Amino acid sequence: MKKLPDARGHFGPYGGRYVPETLVKACEELTAAYRVIQNDKKFREELRYYLETYAGRPTPLYEAKNLSGHLGRGRIFLKREDLLHTGAHKINNTLAQGLLARRLGKTRIVAETGAGQHGVASATAACVFGLQCVVYMGTVDMKRQALNVYKMKLLGAEVRPVHSGSRTLKDATNEAIRDWVTNVEDTHYLLGSVVGPHPYPSMVRDFQSVIGKEARAQILKIAKKLPEYLIACVGGGSNAMGLFYNFLKDRQVRMFGIEAAGEGVNTARHAATLMKGSPGILHGMKSYLLQDKEGQVRLAHSISAGLDYPSVGPEHSYLKDSGRVSYHAVTDSDALKGFEMLTQLEGIMPALESAHAVGYLPKLMPKTRKSDIVILCLSGRGDKDMNTVQRHL
Amino acid sequence: MKNYLTVKIREVRKKKQKLFCVFLTLGYPSIAATERLILSAERSGVDILELGFPFSDPLADGPTIQYSSEQALKKHVTIREGFRLVQKLRAKGCRIPIVFFGYLNPIYAYGEKEFARDARSAGMEGLIIPDLPPEEETAFQKECRKRKLHIVRLVAPTTANQRARMLVGKSQGFVYDVSLRGVTGARKSLPEDLKAHLSKLKRMTSKPVLAGFGISTPKQARDISRVSDGVIVGSAVIERLKRGVPAAERFIGAMSRAVHGA
Repeated sequence: MKKLPDARGHFGPYGGRYVPETLVKACEELTAAYRVIQNDKKFREELRYYLETYAGRPTPLYEAKNLSGHLGRGRIFLKREDLLHTGAHKINNTLAQGLLARRLGKTRIVAETGAGQHGVASATAACVFGLQCVVYMGTVDMKRQALNVYKMKLLGAEVRPVHSGSRTLKDATNEAIRDWVTNVEDTHYLLGSVVGPHPYPSMVRDFQSVIGKEARAQILKIAKKLPEYLIACVGGGSNAMGLFYNFLKDRQVRMFGIEAAGEGVNTARHAATLMKGSPGILHGMKSYLLQDKEGQVRLAHSISAGLDYPSVGPEHSYLKDSGRVSYHAVTDSDALKGFEMLTQLEGIMPALESAHAVGYLPKLMPKTRKSDIVILCLSGRGDKDMNTVQRHL
Repeated sequence: MKNYLTVKIREVRKKKQKLFCVFLTLGYPSIAATERLILSAERSGVDILELGFPFSDPLADGPTIQYSSEQALKKHVTIREGFRLVQKLRAKGCRIPIVFFGYLNPIYAYGEKEFARDARSAGMEGLIIPDLPPEEETAFQKECRKRKLHIVRLVAPTTANQRARMLVGKSQGFVYDVSLRGVTGARKSLPEDLKAHLSKLKRMTSKPVLAGFGISTPKQARDISRVSDGVIVGSAVIERLKRGVPAAERFIGAMSRAVHGA
């Protein structure tokens, strides 16, 4: 398999760097700095130190026997990213980019957030590395993830409400980019997913690939074989890329990316970009996009703020077209069922994002054999979603 | 078909005058208002009209142009309507060079090849696409060249010298110097390094270098035009337009006099 992306950040026809000229220099600098630290032992050591002693890596690979027993056929393992400091996989990326920002001599970071997990993880990294932090968040999301807003403020970050457009993640991203354009000399844009202009999609993927690297070693130790299935939720797609990346060459490992179907993929209210979108350009990248026939971006909808995004990482678009990963969608109500099921059977409350992956298991498990192994990336914990869950269950 | 932009630039250069470019959002507050404004702009001596096509996510734009775009999109303005308007204006004898300003996605959705063909045959002279660097969509850019639809390049204060030379080399018609680090929108003051940056670009090229982003008063326009080959004014016009078409027309007239008297 070809190594992707190419030098300009293209994954086949996707990716690239569609940014205003003001940001070209910052993207180029970041690409160069990232290339340097990839081979920098000291940086890798430092990152490993923070991931292990601060964030809580490696995360366990837990065999969910009750869940497997309940659903039948293969064995289900959960990669417990929900146990990380700040409650989700997002911290893998923010610690790495925080270190990188410091190395670039930036004193300030800006971030966008939907569910608030990336915002909290960014505020945390800013706190530990002594950087100033501004987080942009849509007002709809500030309401449904109020607890995370409060956490960010406690951590010393400034949360700036975004009132434009859908007032969710898409618009928070627009505002973060506008801030970056304005303050590009001293500010690093700490993008939270495998989206945006080159080098973000591949850089964030690499920072998150620790998930799959660990899972691979863990399952080989436990079961002496590779898993038959990987499954993860996809909004921008960072936890999924993180899990999938180190297995892409293993053709026997089948991969499932689960998007948010909202009220149904055949309604107007969903966030199933790969299933229902078409290629387009937003936020500096070419990728699948929810848009109308005039090329205006459509509003996404999902019960989970973290999946409520009308585009997706360009590498996912590539993996969809190539058929390497198969993408499906789970509705709000099936995600809630997944949440309930995991809570009641395993005593684990997943984030509503991760609950989408759990919600797909009743469809997937009947297709598996008893000896099959399924690894699910439990990307975050559900504490932040208690209000939403309370309202719906 | 004659490219009015090339003609206009030659004309103005001969007279040793400066270029005044006005930005309007297509369909704000209505298509009819845009039409009236373009015609009156031509009469008040505006040299180039930058016709902004609204996009749902205009990430290089500040609150003013975001607002006008949102309003226009509420009325479901389409690219086709933009083409129809330009066609109509040309049929009426309007000869002001019109440069399409828009984000890439609506163009991509229209079909890049079809867009280049239809924009030119409707009577547009050029394109400004803030999220399209020369490195991407090279087939589309080739198509524009073939159709003689000029692609105007933006150069930013952060652009390194070597890249700036590449950009001014590729730019057709004129060079758009982004005067500040940030999004579009009126500013009380402009950065101190602007004039130095303009002079640097002017040393790199014989093409006209126009400054845009943040220019909002006749005084600023006059001041900057002493160094640049002209200015581009957008948000400040849209701000007046919020108060009505006549207010915008008065402002455009005052700015035009300021630039041309410079």
